[in-house]
Amino acid sequence: MTPEYKEVLTELLFQLADDDFIHAFRGSEWLGLAPHIEEDVAFSSINQDTMGHAVIYYKLLEDLGMGAADDLAHLRDASAFRNGVLLEFKNGSGEYLDSPQYDWAFTVVRHLFYDVYKKIKLEALKQSNYEPLANAARKILTEQTYHLMHWQTWFRQLMQSTEESRARMEQALLRCWEDMGGVLTYGQYGDEMTALGLIGSEEALKNTWLAEITKLFSEVDYKKPSDEPKMAHGNGRNGEHSADLDHALKILSEVYRSDSQASGW
Amino acid sequence: MSDVTSLAHLTDEEKYEHFMRRIENDEKIEAEDWMPDDYREQLIKLITMHGISEIMGAFPEKEWVPKAPTLHRKLAIMAKVQDEMGHGQLLLRVAEDLLKPYGKTREDIMQDLFSKRLKFHNVFHMPSPTWGDAAVIAWLVDGAAILSQTMMLKTSYGPYGRALKRICQEESFHSKHGESLVLSLAEGTPEQRRMLQEALNRWWEPLLMFFGPKSSKETGHTNVDKNLKYKLRSKTNEELRQEFLTKYVPKIKLLGLSVPDDTLHFDEEKGEWIYQEPDWQKFKEIIKGNGPKSDERLALRRSSYENSQWVRDALAEYRMAAV
Repeated sequence: MTPEYKEVLTELLFQLADDDFIHAFRGSEWLGLAPHIEEDVAFSSINQDTMGHAVIYYKLLEDLGMGAADDLAHLRDASAFRNGVLLEFKNGSGEYLDSPQYDWAFTVVRHLFYDVYKKIKLEALKQSNYEPLANAARKILTEQTYHLMHWQTWFRQLMQSTEESRARMEQALLRCWEDMGGVLTYGQYGDEMTALGLIGSEEALKNTWLAEITKLFSEVDYKKPSDEPKMAHGNGRNGEHSADLDHALKILSEVYRSDSQASGW
Repeated sequence: MSDVTSLAHLTDEEKYEHFMRRIENDEKIEAEDWMPDDYREQLIKLITMHGISEIMGAFPEKEWVPKAPTLHRKLAIMAKVQDEMGHGQLLLRVAEDLLKPYGKTREDIMQDLFSKRLKFHNVFHMPSPTWGDAAVIAWLVDGAAILSQTMMLKTSYGPYGRALKRICQEESFHSKHGESLVLSLAEGTPEQRRMLQEALNRWWEPLLMFFGPKSSKETGHTNVDKNLKYKLRSKTNEELRQEFLTKYVPKIKLLGLSVPDDTLHFDEEKGEWIYQEPDWQKFKEIIKGNGPKSDERLALRRSSYENSQWVRDALAEYRMAAV
């Protein structure tokens, strides 16, 4: 492994790990607050799977000598995180314990956008020339199909029901469109990732995503915005983040950081 | 097996006698079977309270789900709290069947919860300010719950017994999860040990309260007696509390922790644990919904429920349109 290959590979692995980790964290904040009890149970399964995927990627980084998986997840500064900014946004106003006004429409659309893309990306990663990553992708894909079905079902139902539901969903669609570009990008090392054989081209994957999302939109009679998905709040792949990520990191690492002498929890 | 048709010609009194014979013969009663109102009402009380306790029980631990210290702990506590929600769902389904003749639904259960008509276990009204609390809850609150749920496995109501069977299987994983959390803290730094001991101190009285008062004298209710008569349960509150002490006091001491009760000892002559009685007046207030965290947790449940009303409305509308 050349130093360049390793550098670009770790960059990609951090993107994959941080996307799933932060996304699952936001999902876990919903626990006990979902629209009905059955969804609470199902959503929690999905969050566990997703966080489990993050663990797989962090372990790959650990194997590359980047540090212990737990340290990577809990001790890095926000600027070292490589997740798409869309995934770090709070679920709504309030805190998970204090008057949470969480937005289910935003959650459904964010998950749909992300999971459609994640499946495309995993398919591409199966061809990666970094064998441990290709193996991980194969394993993760088996769960991804069900996640995607779950959010597609929610999407179809909430887009084709009451006026209020439709209005909330359309608002969420516009909001997610504003920052989905930050999930679809590979960041500053994107060309190298593809040139080194780690993953198919950013452009190809993005176009597949656009085609699949357009198809889903047309099923529910929704017209795709004419412009490309943007990154209105920065490019997380290059370490640009919103204050919401600081907020997330503070919560998720509170206990881990609380006792620096502790060797285990 | 259903006995609906064969009982049609009997008077209510004869039906009741037939029913009680079935109970005495340890037969299982099923949802469609004839049952006296009194039995149905006891079941509804017991099972809705149990189900809603599982759901409200997610809240004290929920505080620690996003904060769980390591990746492994994050995954484990998410799975654990999800199980509790799943138990709540399973039990509410059983309760919903029992409520059918009254024309009531889950919506009524939720509204009864919000208005404090429906009570939930005392332990879930208590604060859980540190990670140590998450550990003690998973170890000892779940440990206590296993004892009382195992006791009910042979309950005379079939659907409840089957739900409990699955619940008990999962609870045994939880207590292992709890043991592992407690062990890590007990073997950890002085700070981690202090966190654990303080949590135990906070939870000791609620844990003793968990099993309920010794007799109706303390609270003036007769539910336990009725539940014993109908074989919904097989042990008294005090028998369960004694079992709990026998099982856990030695383990607590083995970990080098102390029980915050100087009077606690096993009286060899009487063959029972002597302990400082919890404040039953306080217990009564707590389960009425006046515990330290009752209002806050109910408000969290209520506001999230109201906040997502549009989603349930949309689903109902979508289903209607699909028919």
